[in-house]
Amino acid sequence: MKICIHEREEEWPATTTMTEVAANFPGADILLVNGHHVKHDYKLQPGDECWCLSRGGTSSKQEMEDLLALRHTPEIQRIIQTSTVGIMGLGGLGSMVAVALARMGIGRLLLADFDVVEPTNLNRQYFFLDQVGSPKTKAMAANLARINPFVELELLQQRLDAAAIKKHFSKVDVLVECFDDPVMKADAFRLALTDMKPIRYVGASGVAGYGSNNDIRTQSPYPGIYLVGDGHSDPKQGLSLMAARVGIAAHQQANQVVRILLKDSENAL
Amino acid sequence: MNITVNGEPKETSPNNSILNLLNELEINAQTVVVECDNTIIKQEEYATTILQDGAVLELIRFVGGG
Repeated sequence: MKICIHEREEEWPATTTMTEVAANFPGADILLVNGHHVKHDYKLQPGDECWCLSRGGTSSKQEMEDLLALRHTPEIQRIIQTSTVGIMGLGGLGSMVAVALARMGIGRLLLADFDVVEPTNLNRQYFFLDQVGSPKTKAMAANLARINPFVELELLQQRLDAAAIKKHFSKVDVLVECFDDPVMKADAFRLALTDMKPIRYVGASGVAGYGSNNDIRTQSPYPGIYLVGDGHSDPKQGLSLMAARVGIAAHQQANQVVRILLKDSENAL
Repeated sequence: MNITVNGEPKETSPNNSILNLLNELEINAQTVVVECDNTIIKQEEYATTILQDGAVLELIRFVGGG
């Protein structure tokens, strides 16, 4: 019978179990068939797709891509892993967007932040205590490398302004605005609608507090331009930025990026 | 004269600039994106852009936090 082992089709006897297949992968202790965990005595069926992996082992780039293709389907994965996404600001929004995109196997991330990790960031941002004091771009690169070391990263350790945004982010497939400062949010949004047109853009406004989940929503005020948030919740005493609600917004942004890449149309809402 | 702001009819004085209108509405000019008659207005033109009767404006306001 024909079965697929690590994406290669091979001819094996009809009575083959995972024991025989796994014998070719010394140390393999994670056995997957069609994306599901199985035991060694699992009897293989024609057409089964088999993976034998080692816990704690470093996957190769090809292995990581194959695994993601198995999860997401090859057509979808090919688009994700050939795309470049720019993220402006690595706070509660940007750090979570970067992690989500890295987990999904994005090809290239262009990450910009001028700041260092501060203790007050840890209530919501994807950094760790031992990274306090490190530049956010470098700390983020280290964290992403532990999740998916094959994402190509370009780091911009600088404060952005309109000229720098135009210079560095004009060629990305999708630009994600994750600034904290409302002036920068407005400046970047205006830029996306004028000098950088027709860039595909996902901004955010109104993510603080613990208000209703369902008030965080994604709108498309212009073709190819998306805005996530409730539109009004800015951080104030008793309603500061909190991990859960900022996380909802960040993941709406990340999912909007995926929808833009996969739908490839002006209306991907 | 009459203008429309975010879909709502509004009355304002003739020869009013966008900057004056934003001040009247108590909107921070730094944190808003202004579209006037289907054109995005550059920030440095808020003071010099004079609203015409019947102008249709969209104001997109941004709050901080990220």
